[in-house]
Amino acid sequence: MKLEQIAPKLPLEKYEENFADLNPLLTPQQALIAASRCLYCFDAPCIVACPTRIDVPSFIRKISTGNLTGSARVILSANVLGESCGRVCPTEVLCEGACVLNGTGERPVEIGRLQRYAVDYAVSRGFNPLRAGTPNGQRVACIGSGPASLACAAELAGRGYAVEIFDRNAAPGGLNTYGIAAYKSRAEDSLREVRLVENVGVRIHQGVEVTGDPRIVEGRESKVEGTASAMVDGSRSAIQREPSTEGAASTFDLQPSTFNLQQAPSRIALSELESQYDAIFIGVGLGETWDLQLPGEGLRGVCGAMEFIERTKSRPFAGIDVGRRVAVIGAGNTAVDVVTAARRLGAEAVYMIYRRGEDSMPAFAYEYELAKQDGVIFLWNTQPLAILGHEGAVTGLQCARTRLEGRGRFARVDIEPGSNFVLEVDMIVKALGQQPMTEFLRSIPGIELRSGRVVVDSATHQTANPKYFAGGDCVNGGREVVDAVAEGMAAARGIDAWLGHELTVDS
Amino acid sequence: MPDLAVNFAGITSPNPFWLASGPPSNTAGQVMRAFDAGWGGAVWKTIGEPVINTTSRYGGIDYGPQKLMGFNNIELISDRPIEDNLCEIAEVKKRYPRHAVIASLMVESRREAWHEMVKRAEDAGSDGLELNFGCPHGMSERGMGAAVGQVPEYTTMITEWVKEVARTPVIVKLTPNITDVTRIAVAAEQGGADGISLINTINSLMGVDLDTLAPRPTVAGKSSHGGYCGPAVKPIALNMVAACARRVKIPISGIGGIATWSDAAEFVALGASSLQVCTAVMHYGFRMVEDMIEGMESYLASKGLARLDDLVGRAVPNVADWGDLDLNYKIVAEINPDLCIGCHLCYVACEDGAHQCIEEYPASASGKRIPRIIKDECVGCNLCALVCPVHGCITMEEIDTGKPVFTWKDRAREQRQQTGIAYTPSLWGE
Ligand SMILES: Cc1cc2nc3c(=O)[nH]c(=O)nc-3n(C[C@H](O)[C@H](O)[C@H](O)COP(=O)(O)OP(=O)(O)OC[C@H]3O[C@@H](n4cnc5c(N)ncnc54)[C@H](O)[C@@H]3O)c2cc1C
Ligand SMILES: Cc1cc2nc3c(=O)[nH]c(=O)nc-3n(C[C@H](O)[C@H](O)[C@H](O)COP(=O)(O)O)c2cc1C
Ligand code: SF4
Repeated sequence: MKLEQIAPKLPLEKYEENFADLNPLLTPQQALIAASRCLYCFDAPCIVACPTRIDVPSFIRKISTGNLTGSARVILSANVLGESCGRVCPTEVLCEGACVLNGTGERPVEIGRLQRYAVDYAVSRGFNPLRAGTPNGQRVACIGSGPASLACAAELAGRGYAVEIFDRNAAPGGLNTYGIAAYKSRAEDSLREVRLVENVGVRIHQGVEVTGDPRIVEGRESKVEGTASAMVDGSRSAIQREPSTEGAASTFDLQPSTFNLQQAPSRIALSELESQYDAIFIGVGLGETWDLQLPGEGLRGVCGAMEFIERTKSRPFAGIDVGRRVAVIGAGNTAVDVVTAARRLGAEAVYMIYRRGEDSMPAFAYEYELAKQDGVIFLWNTQPLAILGHEGAVTGLQCARTRLEGRGRFARVDIEPGSNFVLEVDMIVKALGQQPMTEFLRSIPGIELRSGRVVVDSATHQTANPKYFAGGDCVNGGREVVDAVAEGMAAARGIDAWLGHELTVDS
Repeated sequence: MPDLAVNFAGITSPNPFWLASGPPSNTAGQVMRAFDAGWGGAVWKTIGEPVINTTSRYGGIDYGPQKLMGFNNIELISDRPIEDNLCEIAEVKKRYPRHAVIASLMVESRREAWHEMVKRAEDAGSDGLELNFGCPHGMSERGMGAAVGQVPEYTTMITEWVKEVARTPVIVKLTPNITDVTRIAVAAEQGGADGISLINTINSLMGVDLDTLAPRPTVAGKSSHGGYCGPAVKPIALNMVAACARRVKIPISGIGGIATWSDAAEFVALGASSLQVCTAVMHYGFRMVEDMIEGMESYLASKGLARLDDLVGRAVPNVADWGDLDLNYKIVAEINPDLCIGCHLCYVACEDGAHQCIEEYPASASGKRIPRIIKDECVGCNLCALVCPVHGCITMEEIDTGKPVFTWKDRAREQRQQTGIAYTPSLWGE
């Protein structure tokens, strides 16, 4: 991306400082003090507030008694991505928001950080409480390797299924690897968790896109011999995937180059999966960022939020060009991730542009705080009208002020006549949310979509085509990692029940 | 996973964790829920002629934000009919044959009364008997509980009465409200006890309301001394358990302030082969046993021990008489300047409260004032390390004096050889 003006590069150590862990790993002493604040409530509200129902008081008590591997066991058996969740969950609105200490006017227990502490302690010492179940001879394929699929796969492996995951990306983990803000979690943190799942015998095939009809692709029949892995291993392998028992040693090559597919992913057709597997889990997440539908959208310097953030997760920071002046359109959590990343990469002026008012901002309050601390300039009640350019590159964004009829997020937005102005920028990032994977989802026979979301049974996560189950962003329209995990687990139980085993749905 | 199964004087249970006699073991419903949660056994709330209890009856001591560092009660033995308790024991044993159910008994000090009570409890199916010679309040005024357990002769006598008829193992529960607990332990052993358990609660008065001047826990403006227990009593209990482990051969059930697996492991290392818990269950409920089991298993595994029995008493040989400690062993404090946060608590503690061996060190380049140990002066007392709020900042480093082991007993012996006079009256059998 050739920009009109690139923000000057920062000294290398400045990048690391800017993207340093927002909430660093607790020291043992901090952890002990934080854990000792937990009241060990009975029937605790924090458990109910967690979509994966982690037994929070129990794992925190185990931290204070020094039983850290036991603590990690409690966490990981409820949520295999417990460490990521400890880093990236919006705990203020989940467990910590429910902590009874809020009721006394005290700060809540730092549940998220304690969760990360316990899992980090155990996993960095090679401890993995998850065990593969006795093989039951049945096979399940998961499409996508994001949080939803990983959770589903780990749960199924624990119940004795042979599970294989197919993902078109170069590295596994979905948005947990490519999407989460770098100051919350790095790609290698996500990959360490993926290894936990691999260690229970789940096979992950990276660089393989699952396609709908036509079922013969690119002139080559995607014939799967024996296991699908045979085909995958033969085609390309950007990353090695021998399961490792040493938590510390990385089995993935974390060189940034391998993070971006050097070649197009190979493909496997749904019909192949159907013939090979007893059930299929759809965890494909969401797709590209919505377009602005504005003139000038094709100019150099206009990009989608996902593309921009993916770069911050898969390349050295110094290698990422950012404009001197950047406009980010949208005010959700993803938009916050973009503005903060742009600032931290050295952009001098970063504008967040939102057509409604501050009170309608969809981002969480603490995310907004982050953006404020980073010196982002907020343009509320501002509607972009056109993107201006010079010799094919962005030079500005034409905007107008808006007037709202009614209150809140559903108020009608009108343009204030004569309020047009031009914001001089070198880069524009679209952060209007992600589109559903409608095209792919439509190609799955018999499944029902509503507003692009896969319709599932709320308990079993089974779709209208009984062989297919689904969970995560493609079902809930885009929520959090922890929701994807919870839905993946629910689907695993649903699959288990459907394939003739007893349904064990947690209350 | 290491084997936690217990055979305590013939009483078997899947793990060493038993409910101590008290409110948590008052009814069959509670005991069965405890077994479902993972407890390996239960010593029933002491059975005897039903009593009348007061309200209120419990008191607590908080330390900073930590609730119930210490706990006390003026409650008596069971206030339910003997028959109800025995029926429920029978019911629990029927449903949980693998778990240990031990009847705690206290009756008036008559031979026939004990004979009858023992038979009834055993007929109900209890796996063993615990004789409550320890209750420090209420019952002792009536010639029971601590009134028995404070007199070695009574302890032996009543234990003998019980042993005359008992078919199941007999455990004598000891009171800590005595100068030398081992004398009662020996008395129980002489009476034929199959095991001892300790400690019962410690005489205490929890405080006084400074507005009403009513002591706590208050009953209509008054109170009475009660029994102290909970985390605060653990060191007292450990000492008594270790002392008994050095004196008697019969197995010991450790009680007093156990709240975590590591507390439990310490009792085991000091000679306990089963463990009883009361206050911690009253605070947090039966669920806490899950972590005690898991923590104990991983601890044993981490030490390469295959079963709990392999840990029992392992630390007892390290409990020595003071006269056997090496006077030539030397440690001095060391402050890690990188970890020091400059609070100077160690400085003032040593300066005012110990031996004036820490000096104020001039501010470093960073402006941080870091105290420094005067190594030649430091007597190695631990105080600074104990007050230091930073994990691992002050450590006690061993100094090789190059001198041989030299104890007080060695010194006394030397003195006597040189002068022909015993330097000090010999307390240690020299
Ligand atoms: C910028 C950003 C920041 C976020 N920050 C947070 C945060 O701080 N905290 C938080 O809890 N959540 C956050 N989220 C949300 C969170 O990342 C998602 O909710 C979660 O990752 C959804 O998991 P998933 O498994 O449903 O989908 P994804 O993580 O999207 O994974 C889907 C996977 O499917 C693969 N795939 C798709 N189609 C195919 C196909 N046809 N064949 C093969 N593979 C396919 C994709 O390559 C991808 O790897 C953020 C999201 C974004 C976009
Ligand atoms: C409220 C209360 C009631 C108790 N009642 C009895 C009893 O009836 N019989 C008995 O032998 N011990 C009784 N105890 C003593 C306990 O069994 C135990 O010895 C003591 O509390 C120390 O253990 P802990 O620190 O785990 O509580 C009681 C303790 C408490 C707190
Ligand atoms: S704990 Fe139960 S019995 Fe005791 S005062 Fe409270 S409600 Fe009453």
